Amino acid sequence: MSQGVQMVGLYVRDQDEALAFYVEKLGFKVHTDVKNGDYRWLTVQHPDQPSFQLGLFTTNQPTVDAATAKSLSAIVAKGAMPPLVMVVDDCRGAYDRMRARGVEFTQEPVERYGTVDAGFRDPSGNGWKLIQTRG
Amino acid sequence: MSPSSRYIRRMARANHADRDHAHHADHADQDPELLRRLLRARDRMDAAPHEDWSVRRLGRVSGVSEAHFARSFKEAFGVPPHRYLLTRRIERAKTLLRETDLPITDIAFQTGWQSLGTFGRTFRDVTGETPRAVRARHRAAPPKPDRVPVCFVRAVQRPDLTIAVSEKRRKETGAKNTLDERKVP
Repeated sequence: MSQGVQMVGLYVRDQDEALAFYVEKLGFKVHTDVKNGDYRWLTVQHPDQPSFQLGLFTTNQPTVDAATAKSLSAIVAKGAMPPLVMVVDDCRGAYDRMRARGVEFTQEPVERYGTVDAGFRDPSGNGWKLIQTRG
Repeated sequence: MSPSSRYIRRMARANHADRDHAHHADHADQDPELLRRLLRARDRMDAAPHEDWSVRRLGRVSGVSEAHFARSFKEAFGVPPHRYLLTRRIERAKTLLRETDLPITDIAFQTGWQSLGTFGRTFRDVTGETPRAVRARHRAAPPKPDRVPVCFVRAVQRPDLTIAVSEKRRKETGAKNTLDERKVP
């Protein structure tokens, strides 16, 4: 077994909504979706990246008090979470496909120094960059 | 009234409004659904800062009434919407100065200014340098390409404008700080 980062979690406002977005609009696959009472462990994977999981967690975690949960929700909704990057072979093609599926783009593809990047957000407000690096 | 003085007056008015509403700034009380919609308005300004973003238009994007938009935005993001727009315009102008050979007049108009004079003055007030100086400095020492994606480098270089331009201008000129902000030319 190789060592490394296995999962990184995102906060989302609603796990059903996030699941629909990452699977239906971005083409991710569900890796784990397990409920334990009110708690739901939900992770998805990029189809080309079987060793990495993206966790989709609500801010209403059992480990978090109500006031903190509220602050976390606000931080996510204000787009203040750290940047996320998805690498693609063809940024303009991905942009067209994703936009047709209703992804909310914040920036059209722009070419800068040979790389092309675009920006989008998930329904919760997490901001992604779609980057096509030099070929 | 010239577009430039109208602009400064608008900022000055909003600055007074900021102080009036300071006691409302309890961020945790804003509904996350509202914040998400306000973020959408901010995103739209980010995508097209050269456009004319009236409070009415921004309110429509967010599904918030014109009357509530500016205050809600300020509570959420810490600066009034037009001042946010200003930082984006200056950021874009700096990029164009550094990365293109476009004449400064073209850059002013492309980044949403209606007069070269207002652009130059505001740019200087916000960044402390003239557009020409920024360009010259960059030409003298172009940055090395590095490992940070360009799109993120851009956002980090955004000017920080926590006070109104008129106020910043006043602080820098010192002495005459009893001057009524609304009368700053």
